[in-house]
Amino acid sequence: MSKFKKKTGGEAPAISTASLPDIVFMLLFFFMVSTVMREVTYKVKIVVPSATDVRKIAHRSLVSYIYVGRPLPRYRDLYGKEPVIQLNDVIAKPSDIPGFVASERSGKNEDDAALLTFSIKSDRDVNMGVISDVKDALREAQAYRVMYSARKGSIRDNLK
Amino acid sequence: MAKRSAPEINAGSMADIAFLLLIFFLVTTTMDVNKGIERRLPQKQPPHAPPPPKIQKRNLFIIDINAADEMLIRGKEMKIEDLKEAAKAFVDNNGTGECAYCHGARDPESSDKPEKAVVALKTDRGTSYKFYLSVQNELGLAYKELRDAYAEAAYGKKYAGLSRESQKRVREAYPMIISEAKPVESQ
Repeated sequence: MSKFKKKTGGEAPAISTASLPDIVFMLLFFFMVSTVMREVTYKVKIVVPSATDVRKIAHRSLVSYIYVGRPLPRYRDLYGKEPVIQLNDVIAKPSDIPGFVASERSGKNEDDAALLTFSIKSDRDVNMGVISDVKDALREAQAYRVMYSARKGSIRDNLK
Repeated sequence: MAKRSAPEINAGSMADIAFLLLIFFLVTTTMDVNKGIERRLPQKQPPHAPPPPKIQKRNLFIIDINAADEMLIRGKEMKIEDLKEAAKAFVDNNGTGECAYCHGARDPESSDKPEKAVVALKTDRGTSYKFYLSVQNELGLAYKELRDAYAEAAYGKKYAGLSRESQKRVREAYPMIISEAKPVESQ
């Protein structure tokens, strides 16, 4: 009699999952275009400082990275607590940098080798001592193009 | 022969495959992009190179940073917020009056012309990297603003919108000369 009688025994209609692959593919493509492959496994903790005058490097193949920071907790026993340099996957000394520069150059042709930029990806809380050791070693190896890795943001974030 | 319809392929596992790929990309990639402040390191000097020519005191903008991240500029303490304007005033000073495009105060104690203005950055081994980078950032901004103003006046466009040759000309008008001494050992 009543128009609004509750249906009894009616099963809830199954939700169609036909569009699920589409949604997941969309996410997949988003991540594929917006992210880059990890180059190395970090053994040091790196939180880069902020800067406003940042530029993006156009050619990813012409950048080599030098990581500087304090060792991650699980590597403390091996490398101590003081800031260290990481080249590729190993912790290194400043004196290893000229060799690293040479090996990075050797895989490239002459024109590209001259344009190779060394990006110093350093934690914000290290001191200039270790950074200047890196810079001296780079000068020693005649690698003059450097980039101090930073993220876009006010420098006020650095001073806190 | 009777026409048979092709059997429908079950696409139910498509989502699983896509999820698998998605998770693979999530764990193997990072979001961070190669952004940063680009600088040129000074050339290595041969061991018996003649000493570099003396730079007059008025053409030097000495920035001295100690281990506690305190900054002395030309002997006076300064906050980092004031650095950019001070650097701009120094580079754009035009002490000799030779620089036709400068708008400086023509202070005889400050730089002669932009080509002669040298920023000397001295740090301590204990200076924090983030402070150093902030200083580099402010210096970069000071030059960027001067170049933008020049480009705007000469070409009616910002520096970034110019052709390569014009950009080079603007860079030559305001060359960025930052000299960095080896950091001193703190006591």
